[in-house]
Amino acid sequence: MIEGFVALYIFMLAAFTGYEVISKVPVILHTPLMSGSNFIHGIVLVGTMVALGHAATPLEQLIGFVAVILAAGNAVGGYVVTERMLEMFKTSRGGK
Amino acid sequence: MGAVMTVINIAYFIAAILFIVGLKQMSSPTTARRGILWAGVGMVLATVVTFAHPELEGAVNYLLIVLGIAIGGGLAWWSGRKVAMTDMPQMIALYNGMGGGAAAGIGAIYLLQADPETASDVVLAIAVVGSLIGSVAFSGSMVAFAKLQGLMDKTVNFPAQQWVNLGVFVVTVLLGLSLALSGGDVSGPVLLLFFVLALAFGIMMTLPIGGADMPVVISLYNALTGLAVGFKGFVLDNPALMIAGVVVGAAGTLLTQLMAKAMNRKLSNVLFKQFGGGAGGAAEEVTGSLKPIEAPDAGIMMAFANKVIIVPGYGMAVAQAQHKIWELTQLLIQRDVAVKFAIHPVAGRMPGHMNVLLAEAGVPYDIIYDLDEINNEFKTADVAVVIGANDVVNPIARTDPDSPIYGMPILNADEAHNVIVIKRGRGAGFSGIENHLFYADNTRMLYGDGQKAASELIAAIKELG
Repeated sequence: MIEGFVALYIFMLAAFTGYEVISKVPVILHTPLMSGSNFIHGIVLVGTMVALGHAATPLEQLIGFVAVILAAGNAVGGYVVTERMLEMFKTSRGGK
Repeated sequence: MGAVMTVINIAYFIAAILFIVGLKQMSSPTTARRGILWAGVGMVLATVVTFAHPELEGAVNYLLIVLGIAIGGGLAWWSGRKVAMTDMPQMIALYNGMGGGAAAGIGAIYLLQADPETASDVVLAIAVVGSLIGSVAFSGSMVAFAKLQGLMDKTVNFPAQQWVNLGVFVVTVLLGLSLALSGGDVSGPVLLLFFVLALAFGIMMTLPIGGADMPVVISLYNALTGLAVGFKGFVLDNPALMIAGVVVGAAGTLLTQLMAKAMNRKLSNVLFKQFGGGAGGAAEEVTGSLKPIEAPDAGIMMAFANKVIIVPGYGMAVAQAQHKIWELTQLLIQRDVAVKFAIHPVAGRMPGHMNVLLAEAGVPYDIIYDLDEINNEFKTADVAVVIGANDVVNPIARTDPDSPIYGMPILNADEAHNVIVIKRGRGAGFSGIENHLFYADNTRMLYGDGQKAASELIAAIKELG
């Protein structure tokens, strides 16, 4: 178990990191960035795998199974649409 | 801590670094593509090592995991590949909602398994909060998806709606409180009712919100899902979830604020006040008349201009006119006309929605300008072409304190020498407000579907040789 205050510090530092990392994003990238951050919280897949992994009753298995499907959809769908959007960005000077 | 767990933790640590680096790279156009690739590598790494997690047990559970990933991932891959660029906003809402639902699912399993012997009040409380946020993000995103996909009528309003919503929210929180203070002895019916009400609240909260505010709402739910995932990381003692979730929660909150600010709307107003209508909705006086123009004349006007600024809006997305607009732009550039695109922060249904569509058509991003960069240039432009945009160029936002959009920064298209408005019909904009720009002396209306109008303009300019 990660101790209470250590968890709190992780929370605070991660929050500042998230805030700082995108603070200078140009408007042009807002939609891809929203989509990209949407992909990153697809990491919830790992959590659903562990939750389903120690599910003991059929009800827990059912909830876990649905959760894994949803999480996989979040991760894969988020990646595919972000990648498709970013693929299109190029300058008039040619090249990517 | 066993050797396997050490390897898993190292992999999670690397994944967390890759997510943050990826997000950082995604905030610049030159490195954005690399950013999503790095984040993708992190995701695959974290997922693969989790199969070795010591808490995973039972062949059936392993089978269900593989099957679930195959089904969810396969469907999402297929839908994400085939969705049109114009439908991106609702797909992001959909995938985001799925993440929220997954976080709520983790919470449900944790609460079902909670053991009165070992459960800690703090962890139970975090699990409840994460479940509440995840459920709201799930059902709210689904409503946003249904609305943007056209599966659901625009808004649902009934008397005392906010009080009913508040009531549902309070009851949900009280139920959550009783779960958190149960000491791990969780009652099934209470748990069920808690989730049903949390889901209902997400639906009810999103129903009255109009389409114009959807970008802010989707962004907010994106941040909420991130936060819910972060909380689940604390519950599961999983630092990868904690860091990725909280980083996204914070980044999403900032993005939501930027968008709300660009619309000059307070977040609380987006969520709790209906747009337009009601007070101040009295029909305003509009002086002047709508003056139509035919495509050949408009084409000549543009072809002999020195500088043309194009203002795209949601109408361009609906008409799928971005490819024709780029063709038109190229023709004009060949004739030595300086062409620039002016993008309002909330044009379309998402921030940057227009940029994505223009990028899809092949428009280079260095002739696309933000509101701040280009607003002083309208004075020197010969022609401003407004295609499918309305409220974002309505000068009433500067002049009429009674207007619902008063104070919203707008593109000063009215300052151009000539304004051509390409528009399907004579109706008012999304907010239902008359646009005084359309009645101005220097404005001409080119009626028709955006794509058709652009084709006609192209033909007209080509005739000039």
